[in-house]
Amino acid sequence: MHRTRVRVAEDALDANTTIAQANRADFDRESVAVVNLMSAPGAGKTSLLEAVFREGLGDVRPGVLEGDVQGSLDADRLARYHVPVTQLNTDGGFGGECHLDANMVRTALPEVGLDEIDLLIIENVGNLVCPAEFRVGEDAKAMVCSVTEGEDKPLKYPLMFRTCELVVVNKIDLLPHIDYDLDELLRNVESVNPGAKVLQCSARTGEGVDGFREWLAGVGERSKAVA
Amino acid sequence: MHELSLSSAILDTVMRHAEDRRVNRVELTVGALRQVVPSSLEFYWGIVTRDTVCEGSVLELTEIEARVACNECDVDPWTLETPVFRCPGCGGSDVEVLTGTEFLVDSIDVEEEACTVRG
Repeated sequence: MHRTRVRVAEDALDANTTIAQANRADFDRESVAVVNLMSAPGAGKTSLLEAVFREGLGDVRPGVLEGDVQGSLDADRLARYHVPVTQLNTDGGFGGECHLDANMVRTALPEVGLDEIDLLIIENVGNLVCPAEFRVGEDAKAMVCSVTEGEDKPLKYPLMFRTCELVVVNKIDLLPHIDYDLDELLRNVESVNPGAKVLQCSARTGEGVDGFREWLAGVGERSKAVA
Repeated sequence: MHELSLSSAILDTVMRHAEDRRVNRVELTVGALRQVVPSSLEFYWGIVTRDTVCEGSVLELTEIEARVACNECDVDPWTLETPVFRCPGCGGSDVEVLTGTEFLVDSIDVEEEACTVRG
């Protein structure tokens, strides 16, 4: 018996990246643009999507892949808007995965019906940490942060805030009722991810939702530009 | 809390290279921007490696600090202590991360049977 050192020199997330690229190839083949939408639990991802779907996305046909540890509550809410929704639960593994990775998304793709949509919105599991690490083959990463979460969150979760090209600040209808310094949040986002696009809105009142709708439609158009 | 997800990713990578040989030691390079807590990673490593050839193996972490350079002025690259990506020289935000995002499995130490001939 003797010991050997084996040189590996491999990114530990390479296996995930390889599968993400396979997903990417499938999306490109069907001319589907993909948004990976992330946030802490309860920031309002599903409510925002409901607000978006109330008026639709114009020519862009959306679909949703709904990631949850358990249950189909969010998928049921979105299905009311006649948008194809595929539920992807993560509770089969190690006590319920806290994020979606490329392989989980891959296993769900046959059910998504890529040929019937232009834009796939992947609603990730609510979590500001792990989802930031795992690419799934998306065109764009976006996140929702709500004003009830505190202005310091970009500094506490820089990995998440840096990886997203869009930060949607939700629940702004609550601003008159809480001690929240919106300018400080905006400064913190700018510090962690200079140049990130920031939108302010309220899924409840609909204020500012147009901006998110336009951004989503814009990502949807990217796939058409490729095709 | 992402250390559990990350230990599983490390295990997948190590198992592919171990080819059923027992693993004693795993060397990793982790950049500061990955926000990995070494003690937490070691804790989860002990759990995810149970009943595998990696059970009982040691994780050796080399941490790399986050070094950032400015693309707008000629200030020397600096080490990031807080996640504020702004140049201390000119205040600009066109900055480039030089190191600190690494998450590499560098090498593994495996046990070979003395009489095994590997071709």
